[in-house]
Amino acid sequence: MEKKLLRFTVNEVPYEIYINPKALLVEAIRDHIGLTGTKRGCETVSCGACTVMVEGMAVKGCSVLAMQVDGMKVTTVEGLEENGKLDPVQKAFLDEGAFQCGFCTSGMLMSARAFLNETPKPKDEMEIRRAMEGNLCRCTGYNAIIRAIDAVAKGNYREGK
Amino acid sequence: MIHDFTYLQPGSVKEALAMLAEHQDDCKVICGGQSLLIVMRQGLVQTDYLMDIKRLNELSYIKYSDKDGLKIGATTTHREIEKSDVIAKKYPVLVDMEHKLASIQVRNWGTIGGNLAHADAAGDPAPVLIALNASVKVGSAKGDRTMPLEEFYTDLFETALQPGEIVLETLVPSPAPKTATTYQKFNLLESDQGIVAVAVTITLDEAGACTAARIVLGNAASVPLRAKKAEALLIGKKLTEALFEKAGEAAAEECEPVGDIHASEEYRRHLIKVLTKRMAKAAFEQAKKMG
Repeated sequence: MEKKLLRFTVNEVPYEIYINPKALLVEAIRDHIGLTGTKRGCETVSCGACTVMVEGMAVKGCSVLAMQVDGMKVTTVEGLEENGKLDPVQKAFLDEGAFQCGFCTSGMLMSARAFLNETPKPKDEMEIRRAMEGNLCRCTGYNAIIRAIDAVAKGNYREGK
Repeated sequence: MIHDFTYLQPGSVKEALAMLAEHQDDCKVICGGQSLLIVMRQGLVQTDYLMDIKRLNELSYIKYSDKDGLKIGATTTHREIEKSDVIAKKYPVLVDMEHKLASIQVRNWGTIGGNLAHADAAGDPAPVLIALNASVKVGSAKGDRTMPLEEFYTDLFETALQPGEIVLETLVPSPAPKTATTYQKFNLLESDQGIVAVAVTITLDEAGACTAARIVLGNAASVPLRAKKAEALLIGKKLTEALFEKAGEAAAEECEPVGDIHASEEYRRHLIKVLTKRMAKAAFEQAKKMG
């Protein structure tokens, strides 16, 4: 099969790779670029473990062809920290113990970050829960996850706090 | 495991239709791919050519005028529909439906044209759009044609699309006075597909009698199904609780659901009865308040 040239940016680093056009975004990220924070879970667009941001939008990396993000900016969980400092969402997840086995965590963090970028002041907890409906936690640690996102939304993790 | 294919990336609708005319016998069309990639990975769909129309921005639009109604281009995402001010104002049921469709991630990438063409009997948009009396415009290298969305569905995962044709646009007439449309699906997780779904449009006259009704059932047959006997019970009448009940019973009788791992046939019929009654009543209540 003829490989195709894919040019895209992952966590602000430009990449040019030759891939089989059937490769999924999650495969390009994990197998070609070597960033394994993004997880392969159900691979049927259900669990959200493969969630990454494309042009700031949360999408499921298992249901997007890598070629479809040609020329676009992708952010993975490895791109959340800035200058060695964790993203507020990551800090809040640590403080609230918002993971048990951790497999869903990177997807949860990406959905949470995309949601808070879009909706910095959610009107209630239900809005957060709805925003996270595409991410499953089989350890069922949902309450801690929602608490963590809520804490960030309430401004508890602003600079200087 | 996805089988190998040759990837086609047309730069315009014209180019896409020419490519499809050339490869129509062994070409699948992908847009958001939120449904197609699953069945390709499961090996249920294999194709020599995959034509990607996700980037055809000329099909990404939401236009509204009182005269022509609503036009949604095929590559418009679910999320764009969900967030559209004009749709929220004129067709709030579409926003409500989108909120219930899968998850934010899916709505961010998945498109309305792809959803309609995939023709999953449990798809959310089709019953609502049919209740809104929508049409679909399809096109090939030979030209365009428009048909009622209701006639677009021919069987499970089968549509009236001919080889070489793709979905171009969905058209919804501007809302009639004293008219409202409601939608509800029954499922265990909000982001799941409906075990069954019901969309109802009710139009009233000045005296409050029902002049038009459309009841559309989702996942209750191999295609989105108009419950025409149930509709007939409502049209021309002053609507009452007893009539809603009867309409529900009629819909439960005329649908053709299958039993599967999610629900038995009997249970699906029961759900259709209850949801038809509730949605007809809700549409009636909303229509009364409309100008």
